[in-house]
Amino acid sequence: MANVTLRNVRKTYPGGFEAIKGVDVDVGDGQFCVLVGPSGCGKSTLLRMVAGLETVTGGEIDIGGRVVNGIEPADRDIAMVFQNYALYPHMSVYNNMAYGLRNRGMAEAEIKTRVEEAARVLELSAMLDRKPRQLSGGQRQRVAMGRAIVRQPKVFLFDEPLSNLDAKLRIAMRVEIRRLQRRLNTTSIYVTHDQLEAMTLADILVVMNGGQVEQVGNPLAIYEKPATTFVASFIGAPPMNLMSTRPEEIRSQLAGSAAADAGVLGIRPEDFVITDQTPDGGVALPLTVEAIERVGAETFVYGSREQEEKHVAATPGELPPGEIIVRIPGTEAPAIGARIRVAARPAKLHLFSGDGRKRLEA
Amino acid sequence: MQKQAIFQSKLLPYALVAPQLAIVLVFFYWPALQAMIQSFLLQDAFGLSTSFVWFENYIDLFKEPAYFEAILRTFFFSFAIAVSSLSFALLLAVMADKPLRGSMLYRTLLIWPYAVAPPVVGVLWIFMLHPSLGVLSRYLRALGVDWNPLLDGDQAAALIILAAAWKQISYNFLFFLAGLQSIPKSVLEAAAIDGARPMRRFWTVTFPLLSPTIFFLLVVNIVYAFFDTFGIIDTMTRGGPGKSTETLVYKVYTDGLLGGNLGSSAAQSVILMIMVIVLTGIQFRFVERKVTY
Repeated sequence: MANVTLRNVRKTYPGGFEAIKGVDVDVGDGQFCVLVGPSGCGKSTLLRMVAGLETVTGGEIDIGGRVVNGIEPADRDIAMVFQNYALYPHMSVYNNMAYGLRNRGMAEAEIKTRVEEAARVLELSAMLDRKPRQLSGGQRQRVAMGRAIVRQPKVFLFDEPLSNLDAKLRIAMRVEIRRLQRRLNTTSIYVTHDQLEAMTLADILVVMNGGQVEQVGNPLAIYEKPATTFVASFIGAPPMNLMSTRPEEIRSQLAGSAAADAGVLGIRPEDFVITDQTPDGGVALPLTVEAIERVGAETFVYGSREQEEKHVAATPGELPPGEIIVRIPGTEAPAIGARIRVAARPAKLHLFSGDGRKRLEA
Repeated sequence: MQKQAIFQSKLLPYALVAPQLAIVLVFFYWPALQAMIQSFLLQDAFGLSTSFVWFENYIDLFKEPAYFEAILRTFFFSFAIAVSSLSFALLLAVMADKPLRGSMLYRTLLIWPYAVAPPVVGVLWIFMLHPSLGVLSRYLRALGVDWNPLLDGDQAAALIILAAAWKQISYNFLFFLAGLQSIPKSVLEAAAIDGARPMRRFWTVTFPLLSPTIFFLLVVNIVYAFFDTFGIIDTMTRGGPGKSTETLVYKVYTDGLLGGNLGSSAAQSVILMIMVIVLTGIQFRFVERKVTY
């Protein structure tokens, strides 16, 4: 077990492309850290740098108090689960799990104990003699997990391990991974582009965009106080409604000093209430209902705001007059085309600077 | 991947395969049939009388010790050519698979020998290794080797194997390179994380995953060594000295066209034909089963 510390880690490719632009993250012993971001944000590259599969061109990667920048993957005492599982196709399930132990010269008896124990935990005992091609996607995934846990490494690295599974299995495996990680208490770094996976698995969530860290912290804290508009729209589904504060309609409703500097106002879909009243210090918007999505427990109302002509010609960086999504419990919803009024309480308003890079506290 | 083309006319598909079928019929089935008929016939030295002798040509062949020697020699040549050419090609392919500067040029140059016709290969190597003309022969002699493949049968055999293997390296290299590139990178990365050093990674992961390619190439190389080396042998040693480089194919030629024993020559080619059919059969059987994993 160990903590993993990244200090100003950078990756510049020979062509000059900067994939990672200085990342600082500290993952404590036994913690589950999730790197989340859109594709191309550098999260997989960062993970591969921790694994030793990509060179580090700047900064330091520290595993358990030892800087591992120049150390071979084999000597970093890590195990990795790949997106495509990367099982050895010519080896049986047993040999897939035993391979890493044999390479380290472990006695066959000890290998047998460990592999059988891992197989029992992962419910693979009946398939130890099978080849990977005879297994289903979920079973292959578990073999990949087994290959990682038999080694009892200091750190587990997961590179989008669930993205090749169907939705139902993905949820089951997500729970299983979390349960296993808690049980083994092994420091883990997990890469995903799925914000729901990120929210449910993480002790520490690292939101990345364009090779940089946007925000690090507890997932719920990030959800409640996103540091930038990128985080605000990336974490949470459906995403937070972001709107420019330039229109008089909104500007007049915002009070306080922070509101004066704010360029962007954000309100989560579930924080809207359909009402004729405006809460004290809150914001109310008239909407025309464009579409309704009923998913059973809740309903999403898509509405459009009425825009005055002059605000459509936005200044550079200003958000276009967008659609507003409102999430209401149950299945009762206004009719399409209806004109409604939605409002949010002042505690539920998120204010950001005009460029969206800074959160402002009211 | 089963795609079925739909033709408007029933005749069009037949018309499209007809040229290919015609070539196969005229240049393969017809001569093969002729050889089969010929193998049951015995002609006198002047070709004036011909008699049907059933399997006498075959029986005579198997009574002849020289034929068994030729079989053994051919097996040895095939084995030596296949092994040396495959292993060297694999080494080159592994090196070319690495991200190197100028690897495209390197790969292109390695493919060139394949474009050279076997007789030309023979001429090229004889120019380098001819005992009195060869450039390399001088250096060999300077090193104290008594190099004379025109008189020494073993040296002649080595020369044939060298030239034949050299020509086949390109072909093997191409298949190995494609095979190496089809191994998922993440599997090798997983092995690296699993603590396997490069050599161990090669023997425990890369090599087993290449085994379908290796098996395919092994059969192709054996067939090549059996038949396509005729041009090389004919230009370099003409089966000599003595009979030290006379393979089965070359014996068909010497017995039939030089020795005039058409019946025996035809029987030999029928036997060779059966060998090819068997080899191809084995290959199809295994390739369809995907051999390894």
